[in-house]
Amino acid sequence: MIQLEQVTKTYPKASRPSLDNVSVSIDKGEFVFFIGPSGSGKSTIIKMLLHEVAPNKGRVVVNGKDVTSMRSWKRPHFRRSIGCVFQDFRLLPNRTAYENVAFALEVIGKTKAVARRVVPEVLELVGLGGKEHRYPHELSGGEQQRVAVARAFVNRPLILLADEPTGNLDPDTSIEIMRLLDRINRTGTTVVMVTHDSNIVNQMRRRVIEIESGRIVRDQARGVYG
Amino acid sequence: MRMKYVLSEVLVGLWRNVTMTVAMIITMGVSLTMLGASGLIYAKVADMKELYFENIEVSIFLKAEVTDEERTDLAARLEADPLVSQATYVNKEEAFKRFQEMFRDSPDLLSAVKADQLPESYRLKLVNPEEYKTISDQYAAVGGVDQVVDQSQVLDKIFKLFTAGQNVALAAAVAMAVAALLLVANTIQVAAYSKRREVAVMKLVGASNWFIQSPFVLEAVVAGLFGSVLGLAALVALKKFLFDDALSALQGLFAPVSWGEVFLTFPVMAGVGGLISAVTAWVTLRFYLRV
Repeated sequence: MIQLEQVTKTYPKASRPSLDNVSVSIDKGEFVFFIGPSGSGKSTIIKMLLHEVAPNKGRVVVNGKDVTSMRSWKRPHFRRSIGCVFQDFRLLPNRTAYENVAFALEVIGKTKAVARRVVPEVLELVGLGGKEHRYPHELSGGEQQRVAVARAFVNRPLILLADEPTGNLDPDTSIEIMRLLDRINRTGTTVVMVTHDSNIVNQMRRRVIEIESGRIVRDQARGVYG
Repeated sequence: MRMKYVLSEVLVGLWRNVTMTVAMIITMGVSLTMLGASGLIYAKVADMKELYFENIEVSIFLKAEVTDEERTDLAARLEADPLVSQATYVNKEEAFKRFQEMFRDSPDLLSAVKADQLPESYRLKLVNPEEYKTISDQYAAVGGVDQVVDQSQVLDKIFKLFTAGQNVALAAAVAMAVAALLLVANTIQVAAYSKRREVAVMKLVGASNWFIQSPFVLEAVVAGLFGSVLGLAALVALKKFLFDDALSALQGLFAPVSWGEVFLTFPVMAGVGGLISAVTAWVTLRFYLRV
């Protein structure tokens, strides 16, 4: 599903590479944590998978598509098969929960009728049934992240990327969000999550890939934070 | 549904930044007015050249002491010249009659000039009026010839004036166009900034580039079209109040500007205004949104 083959990335003006000869293979349906200190290169991986950053060397393959050689005009269509969740939720403040999720559908050409059918369903799935018409500022942090997860998942992507999704949440809420991601993973969606929340990693007991200074120092099938 | 979304985004965008929108439309309008005016001047100069050159004459004035021999000699040469299509002899009486006709409103001038003071002349029509120079060179030194005068020389001065007017209008059009472009670029940047969250989400979920860009580009195009409507209104006003009223005394001098010609400038102004705005907006987005 996701392959990084001897990927090296050095940002301009940086003294050392953010990723140094990294090779990773992630299968369909896996749940993978990338852990490591700030600046270790975790976020660069997420950006590469989104075709936001290109490697200097090596090959990145996502969903069977070689992202390295992908032309930028193909990026929008490619992104539709990937859902994304961030630490800062990135919701539109002047739209309700329903509208935030429907917006993601409508801007890729889905009709309002489709949105009316699909959006309540996915909001129900993330546990926001009954709160469809609240604005982000009327929701708690955890609830806002649920809206973001709903928006990422509404297209039924093959891959869900989560960049520190619990970074802004308290421990209890974080665990609820992890349960949600776990449920999404069980539908067959590959989940890749970048985090440095040791509690969560230890509780989930999933594959852990630890990065330090741009190199993989550990890749464990049912790992802990370490 | 997507069309409706795009259109409502355009209107919201124009309204959200309404002072900038108005500034953009006015600058665009002035620029396009200048463009349209210079186009009209260009067309008129061409019309007038045709009109005037048809009636243009070269006059060969004879010296007062010209001999009969020199006169018949010159007549024969003109007759044989392939560049001359028609040569008419005007004697002193004839010349005086023409003079009286031309200056009948100035009795002082008329009383000051006697019939035998006016020179005899040949009035020539040329096969090609622009070959005046050759005629002038050939006949200036012929015996009995005082001077060769070409009306087109006078006309050239008038046309130079028109061309200068046209150049001024064009220069003003370009200067205003630059100002308009900067305003468009700025407006689009402000619009893109105020919608940065929406744009970020759209990029994230994979909205196509044209879908992200089209509301901004259309916003600029709509402003450009409003600008061209403004330009048309200005040209209509110019024709009505300046050309038809204030300058109506000079009607005989200028070739008339018809309403048809004024309205014909509209598609040109709309096309130029719309296209320039669209390209500017698009280029701005390439730099600013990196989509």
